[in-house]
Amino acid sequence: MSAPASALAAPVIRLRGVRRSFNGGVVAIDGIDLEVPQGEFVAILGPSGCGKSTLLRLIAGLDAPQGGEVVVRGGSALADRARLAYVFQDAHLLPWRTVQRNVELPLELAGIDRAQRSAAAAQCIAQVGLADAAGRYPAQLSGGMRMRASLARALVTDPELLLLDEPFAAVDEITRQRLDEQLHALWAGRRVTVLFVTHSISEAAFLAQRIVVLSPRPARVVADLPDLDGAARTAVLRTEPAFNDLVRRLHAALAADAGTP
Amino acid sequence: MRSRVAQALLPPLATFILANLVWETLVRALSVPAYLLPPPSAIVGALARHAGTLARGIAITGKAALIGFALSAVAGVAAAVLMSSARWVERAFYPFTVFLQTVPLVAIAPLLVVWLGFGVTPVAVAAFIVSVFPVIVNTVTGMRSTDPALLDLFRLAGASRRDRLLKLRLPFALPSIFAGLKVAAGLAVIGAVVGEFVASYAGEDAGIGMLVLTYSRESHTDRLFAAVGLASLLGLAMFGGVSLAAWLALRRWHPSENSASP
Repeated sequence: MSAPASALAAPVIRLRGVRRSFNGGVVAIDGIDLEVPQGEFVAILGPSGCGKSTLLRLIAGLDAPQGGEVVVRGGSALADRARLAYVFQDAHLLPWRTVQRNVELPLELAGIDRAQRSAAAAQCIAQVGLADAAGRYPAQLSGGMRMRASLARALVTDPELLLLDEPFAAVDEITRQRLDEQLHALWAGRRVTVLFVTHSISEAAFLAQRIVVLSPRPARVVADLPDLDGAARTAVLRTEPAFNDLVRRLHAALAADAGTP
Repeated sequence: MRSRVAQALLPPLATFILANLVWETLVRALSVPAYLLPPPSAIVGALARHAGTLARGIAITGKAALIGFALSAVAGVAAAVLMSSARWVERAFYPFTVFLQTVPLVAIAPLLVVWLGFGVTPVAVAAFIVSVFPVIVNTVTGMRSTDPALLDLFRLAGASRRDRLLKLRLPFALPSIFAGLKVAAGLAVIGAVVGEFVASYAGEDAGIGMLVLTYSRESHTDRLFAAVGLASLLGLAMFGGVSLAAWLALRRWHPSENSASP
């Protein structure tokens, strides 16, 4: 179930004193240290606008820090991030392509031949439960289905590191819980490292092995709760006392910091 | 399906017939001279009597307008792609495309005759000059509005410049490009007609613009109306052609063309 992290292996992500501010002097991130070992499922929890997305973009190499260092898989260049996949807040599918051709896209851009990418895409589409909708266009899908197609597109390259930026924020609560369960099952079946940004306390508590709580802007780490993988993560978990206890601790961590400027 | 077509066609058809009846009646009742305003029946008569000349005129003008429009489509999209390839190229050239929009065609047409002589070439170029601007502007706007998240996705996937253009930015701009082409189709006909005013002869190979000019000088107002009506129909046909192409290309995925028929 849980992917045991080898203490000897170098961490997949290492952040040291990372700082990023934007034009006008808004400091988004102010000195974040974070190490994520191989195979871990980490939730980054924080209030809206606290710089969580900025942090994810820095790790993906889509943005550069102004201070400190961001090391992913031992390097800091975009090339070191080759086996990385990114899932956005909305599905962001190409509207003129079917689900099948959307999921094939990353392989197509990498120059993989047609037969191979078609098979790989079909497999990932089946894994997220969209096999029946493979030939449909994004406009013909529900929000939850579009998000699952987006997830399949991220998984199709068999990434080592999966970055998700509030991926299910735009879908309804019931759909989101089902997507969370599906994502967790997918993670358990692969040995992928997951960094999951969310502002939902219950979502973080349900999904993650480890939860890093960030303060309001400028973002700093205010709590780091490791080793949360006690119970099996099924729908039942949400009603268990241990789950409520964790939710209470997260509330406390977020509230404790809300008082400081 | 048939009833939907009927529903779409009947009201404008009824308006058209009614307006013509009123026109016919008023012109006869008030004895308006035919050189000022001929009745619809006289226009239909002129159309029948000069069908050969008018058909040849429409074919000649249509050819020039189509050449100019095709040039606009190809050169307009190419120019927009070039300008969006680098910020400095856009800054250097984009302001001058506005010149194409503001240049008075009637004033520049004699210059076209000086450079290109008479015939189909200057007329097609006139059609091109007035119709290329909306293609450039709409293509540039469409490519600029590419979803930034998708640009990030292509960057992360290590996509080449070529892939970024052909698989993301151009398809993303397609609805805007078609919007530009729809405007350009009508403008190309206007450009061709105005071009003919200056750059063609009266005679065997007179286009519809030349015929309009000739009939107006001869005070054949009924033939003039017939020629003007046909020129409008030509513009309408070209607009319809582009609309059909847009519907075929976009109906599956773009909300602007999601209806059941064009």
